[in-house]
Amino acid sequence: MTSLWRNILSPRSGDWWLRTVTRTCAVVSAVVVLLVLVFLTTEALPALRRIGISRFVTDEGWYPLSDRYNMLPMIVGTLLTTTGAILVAGPLGICSAIFAQFYAPPSVARWYRRLIELLAGIPSVVFGLWGLVVLVPLLASVGGSGQSLMAASLILGLMILPMVALTAGSAFAAVPPELIRGGAALGFSRFAIVWHIALPAAGSGIAAGVLLAVSRAMGETMAVVMVAGNVVQIPDSLTAPVRTLTGNMALELGYAAADHRSILFISGLGLLVAVSCTMLLINRIAGAAS
Amino acid sequence: MRWKTVLTLGMLTAMIASGCREDSSAAAKATDQSGAKNQLTGRLTLTGSSTIAPLAAEIARRFEQQHPGVRIDVQSGGSGKGIADVRAGTADIGMASRALKAGEQDLEAYPIAADGVCLIVHARNEISQLDNDQVISVYTDRINNWKQLGGADLPITVVHKAEGRATLEVFLSYLGMENPAIHPDVIVGDNEHGIKTVAGAPGAVGYVSIGTAEANISAGVPIRMLPMQGVPATTENVATGRFPMSRPLNLVTSASPAPLSRAFIDYCQSEEVHDLIVAQYFVPTQR
Repeated sequence: MTSLWRNILSPRSGDWWLRTVTRTCAVVSAVVVLLVLVFLTTEALPALRRIGISRFVTDEGWYPLSDRYNMLPMIVGTLLTTTGAILVAGPLGICSAIFAQFYAPPSVARWYRRLIELLAGIPSVVFGLWGLVVLVPLLASVGGSGQSLMAASLILGLMILPMVALTAGSAFAAVPPELIRGGAALGFSRFAIVWHIALPAAGSGIAAGVLLAVSRAMGETMAVVMVAGNVVQIPDSLTAPVRTLTGNMALELGYAAADHRSILFISGLGLLVAVSCTMLLINRIAGAAS
Repeated sequence: MRWKTVLTLGMLTAMIASGCREDSSAAAKATDQSGAKNQLTGRLTLTGSSTIAPLAAEIARRFEQQHPGVRIDVQSGGSGKGIADVRAGTADIGMASRALKAGEQDLEAYPIAADGVCLIVHARNEISQLDNDQVISVYTDRINNWKQLGGADLPITVVHKAEGRATLEVFLSYLGMENPAIHPDVIVGDNEHGIKTVAGAPGAVGYVSIGTAEANISAGVPIRMLPMQGVPATTENVATGRFPMSRPLNLVTSASPAPLSRAFIDYCQSEEVHDLIVAQYFVPTQR
């Protein structure tokens, strides 16, 4: 590829600076990601070598101070809370985007979107605090302590709701208007336009948004630690407490030493891989759509 | 040619970024050694017990007023983190709300105050007292309803701490239990998290620092402290040594602390800060 640079007859020093600065920024960002990966791997390797992968699912429970390292409950915990969050945020987010795009009067839709953007800006620890002092006591009246899989799923669901709603909103906005107008000209009802025209056309954009929300839900820590109950077990009901991989790292990394510390890094590496796979999937979906 | 300069520049930035932590603490050590003779200057980092952190922050503020050249950074994260950070050199002083263990004798501990660990229940709970066997039964799930202890018909929510917390170690060693034997319903991180959990669940029982619990009760949080072996959980009883489940609040350093660390520890142990210790509901120790 011939560069644009060579085609310009009188290059200015400003261009040279801009090019250098942007290149440096790009290289630094890439190097940081690689450094994180290298760091995680070197920290994780000792335990992988000494303990092996199989013990992470076959040991009797998670008691790192007594050399027992079964991470299965926490892997299940992360999967369950993420699934729960998507079950909360998916329908809510997509439906609210449909409302804002197709049903709400423009003035209401504008304010509604601002409200959703505000929700996106709330720090996660505030969600956690609200969950701990408001939501958890409410759920405790249903049964158990209230700090549970349900509380974690609801809080996580609220946190990723704006992400789903905003990406779905822009996916709907990107549907070619002639499709919508065509449907209207054929006398379709508003519901039929949404269900048979807009949703299929915006499907891949919505899916990519939901997956982005999945990756956020998997990595969220602070709010989950505050409301999940954090008992290491595979929950037998929605009201049972649960500990996620990220919550486990937050609770234990501070004092962990030797193998224990190394194992926490393994769970971090696992999360990184899971999130990367989600990102690849998003790229694929987005690529297939365009 | 240009590409190479860009690449080296990028690598250099990344290296500076990754190395800047050691860099700053080394600089701090250099300054505090040179300035120790007359005017104290430099930067101190304290990490560790969430029980000690608020007290240390108050003392640090007063110390900074007296020595304008000194900056003290206090972070919490549990006693285990304090010990680990001092060993790793990322903190100058660790805060540990327990005595040093046999495996930690390479470090120096300086007691600044004492604190008790007490059981807390929701304010509406009618239970007035639990003996040690009852507590063990509750925490091992042999008793799971307050009715079995003479209270209301309400399931017991056992609130436990995450491993590595000093309150957990004091609690377990006092009752002679091992952590895997415990069947918790909720695991919390620090004292505040534990208190908010108990305050939100009428059937909950947990254990927290007496100092933190007293502060929350006077702020109107609906929790109540239970006596241990008939001794009411108060700071006075911790001071006289009557309260059975108590612990020292220690500052921890490596075997040879820097002069600035030494000066700060001396200040923490002096009578000048007793009002701050009492204000945080802890008990000053006599030197």
